[in-house]
Amino acid sequence: MSHPVTQALGCVLSISPTMQAVVAFLKTWWVELVCGVVIVAAVPLVAGYVVLVERKLMADMQARLGPMRVGPHGLLQPIADAVKLLIKEDIIPRDADAFIFWFAPVISMVAALTSMGAIYFGPAFRVAQDINIGILFVIGVSSLGFLGIILGGWASNSHYSIMGALRSTAQLVSYETAGGLAIISALLLSGSLKIRAIVDAQSDQHVWFLFLAPVAFFTYLVASIAETNRAPFDLPEAESELVAGYMTEYSGFRWALYFLGEYANMIVVASVATTLFLGGWLRPFSNVRWLDIPMGVLPALLIAALGVYCIYRAGKQPVKVQLGFMWVVALCCFGVAVIYLVPWLVAPLRFAIPGLNGAFWFLFKVAVYIYVFMWLRFTLPRYRFDQLMHLGWYILIPLAIVNIFSVGIAMFLSLELGWNRWLAVMLTTAFTLAVSLLLVRLHDKHASAASSTSAVPSDSYAG
Amino acid sequence: MADSIQNDASQQNNTLLGADELVLNMGPQHPSTHGVLRVKLKLDGERVRGTECVIGYLHRGVEKIAENRTYQQFAPYVDRMDYVAAVSNGLGYCEAVEKLLQVEVPIRARVIRTILTELQRIASHLVWLGTHALDIGALTPLFYCFREREEILKIFEKYCGARLTTHAFRIGGLQYESYDGFEKDVERFCKDFERRIQDYVDLLTGNSIWIGRTRNVGVLSAEDCIALGATGPILRASGVKWDLRKAQPYAAYDRYEFEIPIGTNGDTYDRYMVRMEEMRQSRRICLQAIENIPEGAIFGKVGKVIKPAPGEVYHSIEAPKGILGYYIVSDGTTQPYRVRIRPPSFVNLQALDKMIRGHLVADVVAVIGTLDIVLGEVDR
Amino acid sequence: MLDSIFFYFFAGVAVLSAGLMVTRRNALHSAVCLVATLLAIAGIFLQLRAEFLFITQIILYVGGIMVLFIFVIMLVRLDAPIHQIRFRLQRFVAVLVILALAFEGVVILLLARKLPGEGLLIQGSAPADKLPPNSEALAKSLFSDYLLPFEIASVLLLVAMVGAVVMAKSRKRTSES
Repeated sequence: MSHPVTQALGCVLSISPTMQAVVAFLKTWWVELVCGVVIVAAVPLVAGYVVLVERKLMADMQARLGPMRVGPHGLLQPIADAVKLLIKEDIIPRDADAFIFWFAPVISMVAALTSMGAIYFGPAFRVAQDINIGILFVIGVSSLGFLGIILGGWASNSHYSIMGALRSTAQLVSYETAGGLAIISALLLSGSLKIRAIVDAQSDQHVWFLFLAPVAFFTYLVASIAETNRAPFDLPEAESELVAGYMTEYSGFRWALYFLGEYANMIVVASVATTLFLGGWLRPFSNVRWLDIPMGVLPALLIAALGVYCIYRAGKQPVKVQLGFMWVVALCCFGVAVIYLVPWLVAPLRFAIPGLNGAFWFLFKVAVYIYVFMWLRFTLPRYRFDQLMHLGWYILIPLAIVNIFSVGIAMFLSLELGWNRWLAVMLTTAFTLAVSLLLVRLHDKHASAASSTSAVPSDSYAG
Repeated sequence: MADSIQNDASQQNNTLLGADELVLNMGPQHPSTHGVLRVKLKLDGERVRGTECVIGYLHRGVEKIAENRTYQQFAPYVDRMDYVAAVSNGLGYCEAVEKLLQVEVPIRARVIRTILTELQRIASHLVWLGTHALDIGALTPLFYCFREREEILKIFEKYCGARLTTHAFRIGGLQYESYDGFEKDVERFCKDFERRIQDYVDLLTGNSIWIGRTRNVGVLSAEDCIALGATGPILRASGVKWDLRKAQPYAAYDRYEFEIPIGTNGDTYDRYMVRMEEMRQSRRICLQAIENIPEGAIFGKVGKVIKPAPGEVYHSIEAPKGILGYYIVSDGTTQPYRVRIRPPSFVNLQALDKMIRGHLVADVVAVIGTLDIVLGEVDR
Repeated sequence: MLDSIFFYFFAGVAVLSAGLMVTRRNALHSAVCLVATLLAIAGIFLQLRAEFLFITQIILYVGGIMVLFIFVIMLVRLDAPIHQIRFRLQRFVAVLVILALAFEGVVILLLARKLPGEGLLIQGSAPADKLPPNSEALAKSLFSDYLLPFEIASVLLLVAMVGAVVMAKSRKRTSES
């Protein structure tokens, strides 16, 4: 247009070849840049709210209320926590290695964020264009987080921190093997490492890989819990153990970086599981045509229902400020619902529908996966470290290897020999479950043998 | 204790990396030592080779204070020893002085004492269960246990005005009549409690992680128990059927039917099962007792001034944590000459060294939890 | 041009960290600098469209071998052995190596008659769409042309693992007997 501002801007921009190069760069890469900025800016905030959700869920399962004071129902708690952590005094132990002390939490956070670069959060929302090694990139880069843990433990210059860091790293490395092998089973079914190809394969085969490889999904679930140091595998960072963990000497914002790195890792791991096993951004029953429109409008309806619920709760808030805040939350929900509904009503914007809906379903599945993480945390006691390692090496890794065989055999039976796909899957799953029962039986025998104490002659009457 | 650790050092110096043995201090401030207890662990890598407990951080000189108080004035002090089970402490002391005075407590007072003591046993075991599970990593049973305990504390508050350090009993009987609705409250609690115990059983008893953390951990054989003097659920879990409520009945326990749960292995899991079953049996006693609380006086023939004849008495009861004994020496005045208290936790704690040898560091917390110690009692 | 910027960035980081690595006194700082070098080299692999090599470098080299290095540095006290070993010819060998490198550099510049970045050392990278995906090409050749070396390598790895387990276990047995 010949608006004077754009004309002036055009003159300025065409002044030098570097400016033109920059503009060309922005024109080709603007989607990736925007998505990248959104991820880096949004993930800490989202991780903070995941912490709030965890606290509220924990409270609900423990017959209490959780954070209620800061904001209505504690909704502003993460912001208060973030402000508190930012204004805390930055303490570096005197004998600590200052450079590595500074560097370690950064590595942890950066590894988690970088691995999010390859994840498709919906068919259109991604940072990296479809890279050939999609899933491998995510797993490989997120596993760099161990460096943050071990360097943090070392830099604290405290015996307990180093012990906790080494244990944490050992646990991470062991369960990564199991998780990787479990992923291979799903990759066999998809035939490609590309993320788009994996989800398209699930769409083409009309079924989520969860149903074709359930043992692999379960193995990956357990391995991912151990990889993110969540209960019941959180001995390295539990305070009732003598070793207080690699995060002991960290306070204030450095600790916040570690913590956010851990929750970002949870999101990464959940995204990988969603992509591989839960159908990525496909809606449930993605191939049933007549559900297209009802399921398509469902996200908008759900978000609008959330807004209505917020308005209902607003009337019950004791303080005017909290009432106002609830109305703000409700209006935000309605705004998002409107954004979801607009493409249905305005014809030229129809292209945005799959992107918006896909993002909704993807995030919904990630949320369900993380909900299972939290549920397990509040229910199960902790494994002792040797029991943990025993579980990983003696049970999960053999089970994952056997599962690769069984998925391969199922594929061979159904694709080459033409058997019914479900029959093949059920047979091989039954076989794998039998193997896992055998492994657990062996594990029980070993556990009862190993935990018997060394024979110390009993001389109770001695002084 | 120090000698035994030095002996170990000379005999078992072949540690894994050829390094010296490490002495790790689980200091007085620690989330899992249930009070101010200091445990020095001698470690070889992950294995515990010996321990030394340092106590006394909560010593308040209770026994010395007793020498300068009258018998009635000393009664509130005993609540503060095992502050988790104050009613039991009071019962032991009052019965000891009544034995010294050779006065008989009316049956109504004895029955109400029994009901309150059994409720206190349940409350004490609930605290134990919640904190023990929390140490092992189960976050949720703590809140469920405290929710149940809240009901019991409400009953205590209605009865005597205090929740924790109740001073519920007086020498010679009771001060307060049971309030209107006492039976109804207790009955309602007991009826609810059966369902709640099932909650804990669902969460923990069959859980393979729980079994893995507690089976064969901290095994104490029956001979060792008897030699070390460990009593209470620890003794019963090792297979010895000894409960003072049956062996030397006091209060009104001979009127009711209940069973003594016995374990087989003497490990942490058996102690857990024994205490769970004890909670059920306590509930049974309460239900039997409230069906028929006899009418009558609640205070025996005790004057305002208690001046027992010179003599001594030793009286012990089955407190939730073990055998609680009072040895009182009277010299004829209104103040006792000597009050010596045999706290169950003090003696049970000495079994820690034997139980923890050869286990991993992560088990230390589980074993301290299973001993169910209260430092107020250990240190007095 | 974007390619050049990325290359100079990765190469600069690699050279700088390599230099830092050999000059640090603290063993762990050296290890961290080595990690940085390896990551920069992985970046260069990615630029050459060798994405499988890039991720393998990260997973195996950084995530595997550097874990080993860092564990060893943390668990083993390095001060004692260092004082025992004295290699007298160190300076002589260093001078020889520098001369060799300088000679190599001069030869390259003379042969190329261009500076790096002007088209010789960075071959025109093949257009992305015409290349088959790296992992598939690698897998195909690994399982058809190079099947025997692959099997031999896996047997070798198995032997190494079993040997490591046996060595660790026997140490434990001798120290407990």
